[in-house]
Amino acid sequence: MVDYQEYLAFIYSALESLNKKQVTLSEDTELVGDIGLSSLEVMEFIEKIEDHFDISIPLNILPDVSTIGELAKKIHQLNL
Amino acid sequence: MLFDKFQAMADFRAELAEQGVAPFGAVTEEILSATEGIVQGRKVILAGTNNYLGLSYDSRCIAKAQEAAQRWGTGTTGSRVANGSFEGHQALEDEIAEFYGVDHAIAFSTGYAATMGMCATLAGPGDVILLDADSHSSIYSGVKLSGADIIRFKHSNPDDLAKRLRRLGDRAGQALIIAEGIYSMLGDVAPLQEIAAIKREYGSYLLVDEAHSMGVLGESGRGAAQAAGVESDVDFTAGTFSKSLGSVGGFCVSPHAELEHIRFCINAYIFTASSSPSVIASTREALRIISSEPERREQLWRNSHQLYDGLKSLGLKVGPSASPVVAVEFEDHANTIACWQGLMDQGVYVNLVVPPASPSTNFLLRNSVSAAHSPQQIDEIIAAYASLKDRGLLTSAEHGEG
Repeated sequence: MVDYQEYLAFIYSALESLNKKQVTLSEDTELVGDIGLSSLEVMEFIEKIEDHFDISIPLNILPDVSTIGELAKKIHQLNL
Repeated sequence: MLFDKFQAMADFRAELAEQGVAPFGAVTEEILSATEGIVQGRKVILAGTNNYLGLSYDSRCIAKAQEAAQRWGTGTTGSRVANGSFEGHQALEDEIAEFYGVDHAIAFSTGYAATMGMCATLAGPGDVILLDADSHSSIYSGVKLSGADIIRFKHSNPDDLAKRLRRLGDRAGQALIIAEGIYSMLGDVAPLQEIAAIKREYGSYLLVDEAHSMGVLGESGRGAAQAAGVESDVDFTAGTFSKSLGSVGGFCVSPHAELEHIRFCINAYIFTASSSPSVIASTREALRIISSEPERREQLWRNSHQLYDGLKSLGLKVGPSASPVVAVEFEDHANTIACWQGLMDQGVYVNLVVPPASPSTNFLLRNSVSAAHSPQQIDEIIAAYASLKDRGLLTSAEHGEG
């Protein structure tokens, strides 16, 4: 069973190449608001997480997610 | 501010206005035939419609519409579940079901309502929908309304679909897979044989939107599933009357008797007025014509090959194979707009497509072919592109490998 910290760690590493503004990443960092991910980049980023953990992340959870911490928490809840 | 989110659109429109170009909602001032009209004061070849079989201007369809308007009036003023079910609506449903060789059909007031309504209703909270990433806006709107878990698979990628179904475990057997026949922007055909095989393996359900493939593909024009020989795997076929059939409206057909119950749960069917009697009458006549005149489909494909081969030979970046939709992809956005206007100036109207309607960040010039185009008109369209190339408007970025 993957725990919250593992999801969080992978999210940080997956964001490295997308973090063009070199924002300091934390659980409170906003994916779109702070890092500036485009909708296409969000989908690529989500796919990286899906393939790494061999899970599916439904699109319908995304409107409730704005920060890195919220995403890690949501994925963790979905895959308990 | 409430309006802040529209600023990007306001900026884009201002940019177009500055260039003196008005590609969106260009007003057709007069229709001269199925393939010619007056737009922006000039006579143009209409190469940006969905009038694949040229039936929007067929005299038999027009006559049926006129008769129906005389007999039944201009509108029904009500929903299908209230006062808006006339004899013609029922007859059209019977005829579209018969056309598809199934027992159940629903006629909707628009194609958008058909796909959105079906996608919003078939699956609900707790269910799973797997949809192609390049699905039409009506499908995205519908699945969002459904409350189901929504999972995208890579465009026309059966391996990715299979991977995502595997991840679902036991839920895969109740999942609804959604694909289209021909994709509207690039004109590519879905790999339905492979998708149907995966559907069978997992015991899922399959909805195919044949909006752009009905009347275009398949031995009797039923679409991509018929062409692929997998119609028995399709649980729900959605489509539109506004393309090959030249009118307006949409449908869903199914071999499942449950469609008759589902009908009364679809908000997009219940809470809207039914189609006008004239629309129903012309649609029924067009359906009769596409069944009895397969030569229209043959002409459409001859024309499609002529345009595709012509644009490809100019070295333009077109899709992988010929189709009634031939899109030229552009990376340079300003250049696309200049080319759109350049075609208009030469009497050729095509569609300018920008994200999110285009499947990537590229702009598109979307050309669509009709069976009613003459070979000379297709040559004129190709010559207009050649002229853009001669003027240096088509840069190397728009050139494919050819």
